[in-house]
Amino acid sequence: MRTFLKYFVIFFAALTTASCGPSEKADTTTLTVWHWMSDREEAFNELAERFTQETGQKVKFELFAPSEAYSQRVKASAQTSTLPDIYGVLGESRDFASFIRSGYIEDLSQALSQPGVDGHVWKETLFEKALAVNTFAPGNEFGIPPGIYGVPLDVTTIQMLYNKTLYKKAGLDPANPPKTWEEFVGHASILREAGIPRFVGGFGEIWMLDALASNLAMNLMGEEKVFDTYRGKVPYTDPDWVKVLSYFKQMADEKILVEGAVTMVNKTAEQTFANERAAYAFNGSWSVNVYKGMNPALDYEAMLPPSVSSQYPPRIWGGAGGSFVVNAKTPRKDAAIGFLKWLTAEKQQTFLAEKTENLPSNRRSMTKISPLLASFADDMDNATHPNIYPVHEDPAVIEAFDKGIQSILIGEKKPLEVAQEVQKAKDKAEAKRSAAA
Amino acid sequence: MSFQNFRKIAGSYLFVAPAMLLFCTFSLYPFLKVFQLSVTDWDGISSSMHYIGLENFKDLLTDNPVFWGSMKNAFYVTFLALTVQNFLALFLALLCDRDIRGGNVYRVIFYLPPVLSGIVVGLIWNWIYDGNYGLLNHFLQFIGLGDLQRAWLSDAKTALYAVSVIHMWKGFGWGFVILLAGLQSIPRELYEAATVDGANTWTVFKNVTFPLMIPVFVLVSILTILGTMQIFDIIIATTGGGPGYHTEVPITRIVAMMIGSSKFGYACAMGVTFGLILLAISMVQIRVSKMMKQV
Repeated sequence: MRTFLKYFVIFFAALTTASCGPSEKADTTTLTVWHWMSDREEAFNELAERFTQETGQKVKFELFAPSEAYSQRVKASAQTSTLPDIYGVLGESRDFASFIRSGYIEDLSQALSQPGVDGHVWKETLFEKALAVNTFAPGNEFGIPPGIYGVPLDVTTIQMLYNKTLYKKAGLDPANPPKTWEEFVGHASILREAGIPRFVGGFGEIWMLDALASNLAMNLMGEEKVFDTYRGKVPYTDPDWVKVLSYFKQMADEKILVEGAVTMVNKTAEQTFANERAAYAFNGSWSVNVYKGMNPALDYEAMLPPSVSSQYPPRIWGGAGGSFVVNAKTPRKDAAIGFLKWLTAEKQQTFLAEKTENLPSNRRSMTKISPLLASFADDMDNATHPNIYPVHEDPAVIEAFDKGIQSILIGEKKPLEVAQEVQKAKDKAEAKRSAAA
Repeated sequence: MSFQNFRKIAGSYLFVAPAMLLFCTFSLYPFLKVFQLSVTDWDGISSSMHYIGLENFKDLLTDNPVFWGSMKNAFYVTFLALTVQNFLALFLALLCDRDIRGGNVYRVIFYLPPVLSGIVVGLIWNWIYDGNYGLLNHFLQFIGLGDLQRAWLSDAKTALYAVSVIHMWKGFGWGFVILLAGLQSIPRELYEAATVDGANTWTVFKNVTFPLMIPVFVLVSILTILGTMQIFDIIIATTGGGPGYHTEVPITRIVAMMIGSSKFGYACAMGVTFGLILLAISMVQIRVSKMMKQV
């Protein structure tokens, strides 16, 4: 027994000390990059090898998917100071600001104002709208020092798509997709008569509903009125907001959405559109790669969401797709910035665009993209993004708004009823904000 | 204390130490941490957090109808699971308890759904319930009930029932296995004696099987309640809590608050409240089972 106890103590002590020490000799030179983009893993690894060959600097990409799991890992690592040299922050600008405030993200403004790999000022080689998503303006509502805190890896726009084959089948002109809401409803009616399912979107993911609704709202009443609503100056019961909700009521009444779209995740919606079971879809530029994998013969094109007013320009969500930030606490800060400069240079961006069918963040690479991808890029001027709004709506209000739209789409509630409920949520959020202030 | 005694006690603690270390690290510490976070306004990212007392709890109890609506949904699914699911499990366990042909095959088949991932089950049932090309709608059309066709998961009238059916399909195997084990532990002599005394099947069940199975019923019902109240993965894979708030359950609300709104402290308060409710239910159930045993 005594011998057993002695060996047990030795074994336990060895086990404890072994688990406390590093499992392998610490690598202090390799740059570590965390990302969630499973479709780009192969391309990233290839680029890492090329960078090592060119500069001698080792780079290791580590994938954590799906994005929810990645997001949690980054948050947990921030708490334990184990963030990698380069990583991306998923979430709203509120989360991004919180990372910056806590000192987890380096301000890249100065580096971006210096020459990039090809001699031009780094930030001038990148799309302004993509950089804007990573920018905090002076006097921003989060109290973050003004600056650019991330580098966009690609750009994206979220638009409507239409299937040209199904358009032909219904006797519609595939070169003339609907431009106005009336045309959209009219085309949907013709498609219905031809027995073709009409519109699909992953509206079970409420941010998709939010994107479509804010597109319609900004087109109908202009951005400023939308922002004034967020500021609490315009109520959600305003006739314009009720009208925005009425478009969804019309979609429900005319049965424009395919059955089940209200609770559908975007992946299922993508399958539905790829299998030609819907003539329209609402999706982002990333879907080009997705549809290519699902149905290479799919003949479709991107179009702006149908216009509901000629008074204000149409708006779509867009800007940076994925962005990388540099860990402010890493001792390899310069190497990390150097790698991001190289990664966003024309050659590497062209490679990424060709390999992964995503819109590059480097302006010069845009000339080499496919025509289909170009149909998404064409409307970049109309792009905006919640992260660049000067004011942000309370998450509880956004949820009430989007869930309310779901209720309208299933015929459970009327637009005015939802508008009143959203305003109630807004009043509550405002009261809380006042109390906190 | 003599050195011998000290060594004996220290040796005992040494053996317990690894398990205690793991328990404290992965169970006790997170448990206490949730309580600590529930009285803060932490956003899940910042290195600092502010103590706000019981404000989160006050808001949750007095001004969060969505959370209590989700609780109602969870109770509803739990009620269905307690009744329909467990009756089905008991019925199948009673059938398999008799030495029927291929009994082991049935046991494997019935036990398959619980070992499948909730996400996988959700995706399979998404396909069954699909409003356009779903198997269920095709079947209804085939048997002449085409009027009943609908998008089962997107219809406010059917979404919660549809999700409940998936949960019961996935969960009845657990109850089946436990109930079958309970049935097989009942001495066969009791059945033989009852039969000799002229008892019919119902009398045997009422006077022999049921009283001896009460502890097993209690165990199964506690597991059903705790398991069903915490339903999450199936909801995420099918409806995401929609349409509207029709299939929201407490865990989806906690996750929405934690990830969607970055209100980590508030989400912890929801977790604590939900945990206390589950604890209260379990205690009531144990008390009732003790009373039943006395009867």
